[in-house]
Amino acid sequence: MNGWPMSAWMNHLVIAPIIIPLLVGALLMLIDERRRALKATLGVASASALLALAVLLLCLTDHTATGADATVRVYRLGDWPSLFGIVLVLDRLSAMMLVLTGILGLSALVFALARWQKAGAHFHSLFQFQLMGLNGAFLTGDLFNLFVFFEIMLAASYGLALHGSGLARVRAGLHYIAINLAASLLFLIGVSMIYGVSGTLNMAELAVRIAGVAPEDRGLLEAGAAILGVAFLIKAGMWPLGFWLPNTYTTVGAPSAAIISILSKVGIYAIIRIWLLVFGDGAGTSAGFGGHWLLIGGVLTIAFGSIAVLATQNLARLAGASVLVSSGTLLAAVGAGQVAVTGGALFYMTSSVLAIAGLFLLIELVERGRMVGADVLAVTREAFGEGEDEESDDDDAIGVSIPAIMAILGIAFMACALLLAGLPPLSGFLAKFAILAPMLAQGAEGLPFTTWALMAALILSGLATVVAMSRTGIDVFWASPAGDLPRVRLVELAPVMMLLALSVALTVQAGPVMRYMEDTARSLHGPERYVQGVMAPAAPGTGKGVAP
Amino acid sequence: MELILALGIGVLTGSGVWLLLRPRTFQVIIGLSLLSYAVNLFIFSTGGLRTGAAPVLERGMAGSLATHADPVPQALVLTAIVISFATTALFLVLLLAARGLTGTDHVDGKEKSR
Repeated sequence: MNGWPMSAWMNHLVIAPIIIPLLVGALLMLIDERRRALKATLGVASASALLALAVLLLCLTDHTATGADATVRVYRLGDWPSLFGIVLVLDRLSAMMLVLTGILGLSALVFALARWQKAGAHFHSLFQFQLMGLNGAFLTGDLFNLFVFFEIMLAASYGLALHGSGLARVRAGLHYIAINLAASLLFLIGVSMIYGVSGTLNMAELAVRIAGVAPEDRGLLEAGAAILGVAFLIKAGMWPLGFWLPNTYTTVGAPSAAIISILSKVGIYAIIRIWLLVFGDGAGTSAGFGGHWLLIGGVLTIAFGSIAVLATQNLARLAGASVLVSSGTLLAAVGAGQVAVTGGALFYMTSSVLAIAGLFLLIELVERGRMVGADVLAVTREAFGEGEDEESDDDDAIGVSIPAIMAILGIAFMACALLLAGLPPLSGFLAKFAILAPMLAQGAEGLPFTTWALMAALILSGLATVVAMSRTGIDVFWASPAGDLPRVRLVELAPVMMLLALSVALTVQAGPVMRYMEDTARSLHGPERYVQGVMAPAAPGTGKGVAP
Repeated sequence: MELILALGIGVLTGSGVWLLLRPRTFQVIIGLSLLSYAVNLFIFSTGGLRTGAAPVLERGMAGSLATHADPVPQALVLTAIVISFATTALFLVLLLAARGLTGTDHVDGKEKSR
């Protein structure tokens, strides 16, 4: 940290993304439900502060901007040495995830101001706790703390998923909670097996110790890691563990869906973080453990997600199925285990998180104007032919004008389709290209079958998404029986537009962003600096250690 | 000692998994509770099993894992108990809501048509 002016309070910035929503969420619980304006102001202020803070932390982490020389900031709670105490670790990956959480949090919350906040009690508190759990999960450097933040995040998401109540939500929520409780138990079993063998819960310490684990204990450690992995993969929605995901995401309210859609990426984050850190090259005979499973599982998830995308008859289900496709793409790309591919995967994650959240918000606006059961009618029309208008109303069709609001929504929908399918000119295309190009760069001869399968899956899933989205798009915007026009308020349209504008910015500024992603991928695949940063003795009295 | 504990964990897990797969919400919640007992015992056992030892430290002796149980799993178990208690309570509320809304205690919210 030479030459970087830093006052003492700057050291404590790392924990602020957890503290702020905790305090604001607790405060909001005390405020009466009728003082909605005050609650909304506090909530939005906290979400904006979190976003600003995340961007600041991102700049601090990246300020060296010279290849692998990234700063790893370690915050030791209570200034205990990391062997005994709990650490928070901020590196490029966590900073990036914090920014994504901040963006989604702010846009979903602003969207909710129009009507969703009135749909039930304690929306704002739950939302703050959701942000707290997410930020904590991204910052922690300790396996058990990860569990605790997972639980905070999930508990808040149960509340948000059920927000607004209703039969469909309760029914889907019952499955969602039961599955996640079972997954949490698997998480605990995995963590305690790892602790039992290695004697540590600190991820960096674990990465050091794994090379020295006795051969007879190695099987037990790998079993523990695999059970832990299953818990993460349930969250990420890998086939065959992800059947709960489309159902849940379809029924929850739009702002909840937008913020909950990043929960599946938390599973992916945990896999990237722990798998690359612990089972990297330094892991002795365990190096690369389970990589093939990620790759194969990811490809199968893409296949299942693409079929689900094609088979769906409902906009919200379409978005749920595209969450599966993006999870599969990420898992497979990470499982490929190459630095450049991981960089592309991180770019893809950023792009798809923004697009999916935008789509969830957009769907609610579009659905608002449609007749109840319009989806079913559309399918019937397709199956039995149009029936009503073969030739008769040609003269009408020329002069049909599309109302302005439908045009705006339609363009936004098209942008989401391009982003999710990975077509030029938006960032989805760049992301897929960044995943595919390094794979082909090694020459086409020596490529293993799995790589070909991944490439085929990526391209075909794009095709499936295009087909499904254009079919639904035509149906919703052009061919639907005219219902009332959706009444959309600016405060609802603005977050969607912001998410899409960010995707455009991601496309325009692809160079610097991709540079950041590649640096991140490099430090993930060579985590010496992360390990050194955490293991370094704490500087007395500062409460943190920084690897220069 | 080890055998009894292992059998206990096994029986709890087995019955927990069986109940978790049953179609009634009450069975599911009891299954989840049994499973969490099993997991808590399992975490507890990773600290090592000893009878007649001091819980953490003995007066005038330096603590070492050779003579004492590892205290970390005990701390973990405490956290895990609290969390699973809270989430079970939440699930119970949802279970009652589902019963009230659907009029059935089937996990899918409707009876299977026979």
